[in-house]
Amino acid sequence: MKAVSMNAHPLLVIGEPVEIRGAAPAESQAMVRFENISKTYPAYRGKPGVNALQGIDFAIARGSITGVIGRSGAGKSSLVRLINGLEKPSTGRVVVDSKDISALTGRDLRLAQRSIGMIFQHFNLLSSRTAANNIALPLEIAGWSKADIKGRVTELLNLVGIADKHDRYPSELSGGQKQRVGIARALATRPSVLLSDEATSALDPQTTRAILDLLANINRELGVTIVLITHEMSVVRQLAKEVVVLDAGHVVESGHVADIFTHPKHPITQSFLAEVTGDSLPVSLASRIVQEQGGHAVIRVQVRGAGAGDTLIARLARELGLDVSLLSARIDEIGGQHVGSLVLGIPLGDSCDEAAATRTLAWLSQYQFSAERLGYVA
Amino acid sequence: MSPELINLIVQATFESLYMVGIAALLGTAFGLPLGVFLATSRKGELFAAPTVNRVLGIVVNATRSTPFIILVVAIIPFTRLIAGTSIGSTAAIVPLTIASAPFIARLVEAAIREVDGGLIETASSFGASPMQIVFKVLIPEALPGLLLALTLAVVSLLGYSAMVGAVGGGGLGDLGIRYGYQRFMPEMMLAVVVVLIALVQLVQSAGDYLARRVNRRLRQH
Repeated sequence: MKAVSMNAHPLLVIGEPVEIRGAAPAESQAMVRFENISKTYPAYRGKPGVNALQGIDFAIARGSITGVIGRSGAGKSSLVRLINGLEKPSTGRVVVDSKDISALTGRDLRLAQRSIGMIFQHFNLLSSRTAANNIALPLEIAGWSKADIKGRVTELLNLVGIADKHDRYPSELSGGQKQRVGIARALATRPSVLLSDEATSALDPQTTRAILDLLANINRELGVTIVLITHEMSVVRQLAKEVVVLDAGHVVESGHVADIFTHPKHPITQSFLAEVTGDSLPVSLASRIVQEQGGHAVIRVQVRGAGAGDTLIARLARELGLDVSLLSARIDEIGGQHVGSLVLGIPLGDSCDEAAATRTLAWLSQYQFSAERLGYVA
Repeated sequence: MSPELINLIVQATFESLYMVGIAALLGTAFGLPLGVFLATSRKGELFAAPTVNRVLGIVVNATRSTPFIILVVAIIPFTRLIAGTSIGSTAAIVPLTIASAPFIARLVEAAIREVDGGLIETASSFGASPMQIVFKVLIPEALPGLLLALTLAVVSLLGYSAMVGAVGGGGLGDLGIRYGYQRFMPEMMLAVVVVLIALVQLVQSAGDYLARRVNRRLRQH
């Protein structure tokens, strides 16, 4: 699928995404800024009130792709609905593209919403309209002329690579094609922010990859800031440069994807990472590990950082003179950094000498590898 | 059957179609907006007005639970006010409209509520006003259901119209009662019933056809 370059957007800064580094970005660089947000849903008909979000204070850089990851109920949906003004914060303010969206109402809010596009898990296309007319809807709402709409819709269908589906109804399209229509519709009014609410959760892995590639292209070519709401680590891994980890209504970690996932601090972040790195052992290996000393000590080494694990086994074998065996390994790439784990078997020799294992652990910690002994296998 | 009798049937058929047609149009004119409002005015909805919603709901239920023949007689003064007379086909349109509007409103409400709430949120998210949501999302998406609702309303109106003979409204039902029953002419009764069955079939088939044509939800190829 080939993205067609479009006219430069007057509101957008085209080029490399501006990165957050260390301190929060200056006002001009922030596309979305949450200022001390809390969101409480009042008690209603016997159901107790809910504190959906508390103490939310962070910024999303202009032109960035930021993932907001959390388990269900973490407050992701509330967060995204605050950005496009569908909900108001209980306290604090949300500034989008230098406008305080939380203070806008009525017509002013509707005007501001046109510069915020959104795509949905279940696509939310109108079944009564063709692909082209679905894309035209936000333009009709914004009061564009028929001729302008026609030109813009053709442009958008080309951009998302489904020009041939112009007259198809949603019921005649596949999931991936529907989401492409959804993306084209979200981009129709040339928004500066694109919100993606679990946009790939209903798609198969292959289609997910294609849609994420399309989003990456759109970010690159149009400079649109993308906010990805997701519970899937794979989405963040493939697309996001920045990540915000939400848990129980709080931001527990935020920053560069590579930094956060090479040094996860919060348990929830670690659990997301485990989905990618496979911290759980293969069943066949796990069942063989025992706690009584035996032939091999089993040591798990965490691999974090570019090229971190590349020569580990060879160096270990050479410098300590051990016949290290590799029992299990999984290494993936997140934000250009390697993350994963190796499970090594260290031979203890005939005398079941603990020294080899101890020396290995010392050697690993000397080179800043985090490692733990899981037990022994025969 | 003599030509005069056939003439009577033809005339009564036109009277029925006239009353039902106009009452269906007027009933839709009042019932459609009322139904859309009922479907969108509960707490937290597009035109949230829970109290008005509840009051209108009670009025609609009250009208619907009044037997039609009682409604016809009870509103005679109102009918006279609107139509200038309380007898004849034109006057009969008033109670027919009043009976059909709440019925249509409830059917419209049900059809509109069938529309996926996510679509309302979607349209809101790109800055649609509540009126734009009604005309660009809710009504087009509910159209198959709305057409079936209207079909049902027309069929019920044909039934109601048989009772307006009580106020000299004429029509097929009246003909059946006066000639078929009171003058002991079973062939007349039979003819009236056959015409009514044919009309209902025609209306229902036309409604089904239109609803199927506008329904894109299940269309596959």
